[in-house]
Amino acid sequence: MQQIIYFFIRNKNFLLFLFLFVISLFFTIQSHTYHSGKFVTSANFLTGGIYSFESSISEYFGLEKQNLKLVEENKRLRTQLSLLSENATAKVEDSSFLNSRFRFRTAKVINNTYSKSKNYLTINRGKRDSISIDMGVISPKGIIGIVNATSGNYATVLSILNTESQINARLKKSNHFGSLVWNTEDPNVAQLIDIPRLAPVVIGDTVVTGGRSTIFPEGVLIGTIKDYNLEEGSNYYDLDIELFNDMTNLRHVYVIENLDADEILELENAVDDVE
Amino acid sequence: MLNNDFFINTVRFIALVLLQILLLNNINFMGYINPYAYITFILVFPLNANKSLLIFLAFLLGLTIDMFMDSGGVHAAACSFIAYIRPWILKFSFGVSYEHNTIRIGKTSMAQRFSYVGIMVLLHHFILFSLEIFSLQHILLIVKSTLFSGIFTILLVLGLIILFSRKK
Repeated sequence: MQQIIYFFIRNKNFLLFLFLFVISLFFTIQSHTYHSGKFVTSANFLTGGIYSFESSISEYFGLEKQNLKLVEENKRLRTQLSLLSENATAKVEDSSFLNSRFRFRTAKVINNTYSKSKNYLTINRGKRDSISIDMGVISPKGIIGIVNATSGNYATVLSILNTESQINARLKKSNHFGSLVWNTEDPNVAQLIDIPRLAPVVIGDTVVTGGRSTIFPEGVLIGTIKDYNLEEGSNYYDLDIELFNDMTNLRHVYVIENLDADEILELENAVDDVE
Repeated sequence: MLNNDFFINTVRFIALVLLQILLLNNINFMGYINPYAYITFILVFPLNANKSLLIFLAFLLGLTIDMFMDSGGVHAAACSFIAYIRPWILKFSFGVSYEHNTIRIGKTSMAQRFSYVGIMVLLHHFILFSLEIFSLQHILLIVKSTLFSGIFTILLVLGLIILFSRKK
């Protein structure tokens, strides 16, 4: 017994180190697994507060560019709107008939990383603004990521520039779909994998979200094909996608809630259970 | 005296965390090179202080940085590791004399200081990037990031040490 106690006293530094190291590894592994309640995120009172203080100052330096982006988006939406109202045969009088499946909320990015292999953003909306895990986040120019942790007033977003991220995407022209991933090399280029060999792939073609998940609406812009690679004997293309978004310069974003998500997931689970 | 040390180290802890998250994390030199100079806290922590305390504080420092950077526990792991092996590195760089409390890091020769800072920084960065990237396929990326960020950090840490030691 005495021996054991002596052992502990003699090696107390090593044991303390081992204990803390194992805890850190646990946190690390937990952050590598996709869906899990994490303890260590920047969506909390302290970090969120400091980041929003920082962004309230640095915001002013990028105002002009951000305004330009929003104006561009307004222009695009106006054009679509005018096309729509020209083509509409019967005008929708009551907004309750406009039962869109998706609800959009605005948010501001208060922290953004893009230089690591696993990047996250922090936004200034949280549970109190009805943001919850697994909602999609887009910017005026295209897709950004998926909410992966929330606190009262803040949420963190798993960026598409993260090796854990995998988003269903398709070619706009031909409907062939694959998965959007990132190989950590360039913050403006993502990879689209598993596009079947039959698909007509042309450099410059647009890639949009696939709508097979409950997270993003179909047809949200992602980017254009920059380069493609078909390995010998492989049935699938690997495409390099030049993103529309400048992921290094984000401020105003929209969080998308799919109002039917629960219903769809419930149905799918029920089908899985039967099998 | 004890209170004074306590005060200085608390201020240093907070100041270095703020410096790291507000300034250094936004440098992104050549796209991905950031210095991690917050570990200066571990390097200049009083040499004769309690070792268990240092390991615990290093863990806390790393975890704070992790919280801000959403990186799980990679900084905490790397920090507690270099805090644990610090006595051996000190012995290697400064000889046994450091144990007799005669050494002030700010007053040692440049070569000794450089070897101490260099070894600690490179070890920290190697563990940090290995855990963060977490795949053998990207071993080249790990080595590259360690070297580039490491050089950046070493220069910055040496500068910070001069800054910290001038006050006395």
